[in-house]
Amino acid sequence: MALKGAIVVDTERCKGCSVCIANCPTGTIALSKEVNSKGYNYLYMANPDNCTGCTNCATVCPDAVITVYRVKL
Amino acid sequence: MAEKILMKGNEAIAYAAINCGCDGYFGYPITPQSEVMETLMKEKPWETTGMVVLQAESETSSINMVYGGACCGKKVMTSSSSPGISLMCEGISYLAGAELPCLVVNVMRGGPGLGTIQPSQGDYFQTTKGGGHGDYRNIVLAPASAQDMYDFVDLGFELAFKYRNPAIILGDGVIGQMMEKVELRPAKARRTDEEIKKLCASWATIGKTADRKANTITSLALEADVQERFNIKLQKKYAEIEANEVRYSTYKTEDAEHLIVAFGCMSRICENVVELAREQGIKLGLLRPITLFPYPKAAIDALVPQLKSIMSVELNAGQMIEDIRLISNGRVPVNFYGRQGGMVPSPEEIFEAFIKTIK
Amino acid sequence: MDIKDIIKPENKVYGKTPLLKDAILHYCPGCSHGTVHKIIAEIIEEMGIQDRTIGISPVGCSVFAYNYLDIDWQQAAHGRAPALATATKRLMPDKYVFTYQGDGDLASIGTAEIMHACNRGENIVVIFINNAIYGMTGGQMAPTTLLGQVTATTPYGRQADLNGYPLKITELIAQLEGTCYVTRQSVQNPAAVRKTKKAIRKAFENSMMKKGTSFVEVVSTCNSGWKIPPVQANKWMEENMFPFYPLGDMKDR
Repeated sequence: MALKGAIVVDTERCKGCSVCIANCPTGTIALSKEVNSKGYNYLYMANPDNCTGCTNCATVCPDAVITVYRVKL
Repeated sequence: MAEKILMKGNEAIAYAAINCGCDGYFGYPITPQSEVMETLMKEKPWETTGMVVLQAESETSSINMVYGGACCGKKVMTSSSSPGISLMCEGISYLAGAELPCLVVNVMRGGPGLGTIQPSQGDYFQTTKGGGHGDYRNIVLAPASAQDMYDFVDLGFELAFKYRNPAIILGDGVIGQMMEKVELRPAKARRTDEEIKKLCASWATIGKTADRKANTITSLALEADVQERFNIKLQKKYAEIEANEVRYSTYKTEDAEHLIVAFGCMSRICENVVELAREQGIKLGLLRPITLFPYPKAAIDALVPQLKSIMSVELNAGQMIEDIRLISNGRVPVNFYGRQGGMVPSPEEIFEAFIKTIK
Repeated sequence: MDIKDIIKPENKVYGKTPLLKDAILHYCPGCSHGTVHKIIAEIIEEMGIQDRTIGISPVGCSVFAYNYLDIDWQQAAHGRAPALATATKRLMPDKYVFTYQGDGDLASIGTAEIMHACNRGENIVVIFINNAIYGMTGGQMAPTTLLGQVTATTPYGRQADLNGYPLKITELIAQLEGTCYVTRQSVQNPAAVRKTKKAIRKAFENSMMKKGTSFVEVVSTCNSGWKIPPVQANKWMEENMFPFYPLGDMKDR
């Protein structure tokens, strides 16, 4: 059974620390070219098709900016 | 008639604490006040009223336990003597800065440094002008008897909670060690959780419930304008305390041409000095400040026009005299007599010094 | 499947706990403090103890912890949090009381308070953030700074003869009769976060069982103080901190 996931990032709170990126097992996420009002490049799903909704990124996020959704296909 | 019991001033503090519904005592042994905690430990109030008594690892820790207890809206106290109070001054500043009610008892001994275990009033500046850092005031009560030690515990808590401010009983080794008859007062029960909630839920850390925002007790304000607003608020509170809470007593001041001002144990000795002067036809009176902050400024000020001299008598090198001089403001000579290092003068000795100042 | 169809309330598997307020954390990007705050908030939510939990924040970067966790807080003078916690727990034994302290606060200026609170076996939880540096004041040497580690006050690296040795305070704490649970954890990856969460939850549960003090050290990063970007800082921590501060339970009874 395949798992399909997606994340929503609170881009204003994201500080672009990238700890989540280092812990993403599927290469789903990356930092955007754009910056938020604080000047941080924020997180986004660069390869949304890869996401399995494993929650690794949200688990390690120090700023609790990631919400994770998951469905079983 | 109420029961009277012979006890030391220090023991009176302990019995009064249990009697007036104190929730917690946190202390560290130091002469000449160790009987306070010894008495509490002997009486085991945790088995009767539920009062917590704990010997801390230092005065620093004691006062911070008091801080923690005060955060919870509890009636908490500590006691120590001069060197220990110095160590507590950080915590007292934090308590003042966080607007927390608590009671601190200082049974003063001679200093500076480790000094002596004998009585002194050398902590007047420290206690009335702050002691720790920042612009703050303690409510300061100066007992002159074991009965005062007993009564000021309840009074101290009442004032501390009324103004959410530390109250300090500024006693000395004489008052702490002296045995006297003490009239016991009707017991007050410790506040229930419900009563604390009613009284302190707007600020105390008693658990955030759904019906209110979380409470934070802190003395930190990084922004200058916020800190200044808070400082102004504090000063307003101190002005209110000065307007409402001055306590003093007078002895033969109605016709007095000369005035002795003395607090604590010295006020009792100076009553005899008044008698010695009166025997020789000298119209001497005595004013005893009972609160050292707020200071009885108006009472002294009102007496100044009838006076030829004022003498401040203290167990130190002359500290309270500065406050009296500010009140007199040059209108009348303000003289001083004091002993230091734990020496306590006799009435005759003080009288002799007084006579010299008016000749 | 379209992303829009995945992002639906019924499919949510992880999100910010309401126990964390909306205020943006003042911590630097990647700072371990945020992760540990989140863990504590999640535990309080999961245990349903918001109205029975009192936090005590230190002096240091985490002084402002009270801005983030939606519970009643006391802010202690530098190093004194265990004294506040002692009185708070003794006066309100039905409350969960925890201190949150950094290495300067707990292992330097507050050494007496932490030792004696733990030795008395106060039924409190101690969260100890060890990032081997003073963050708030600008990266000076901490008691736990490693030998050779460069800080603002050890610009040539910490030297034993000049600066003394790094202090393994958690090992000392574990020796005290009053402690029931002493552990060292970290939060640099999901597995570590989950272990730390389990440890802190156990500590909270212990505090109601009259077993004594529970002490959870979290070996952490200070990217700004170390002057290393967050991801590399985690690596530096694994390579340099873990050999000296090995992870795992030291005591559990």
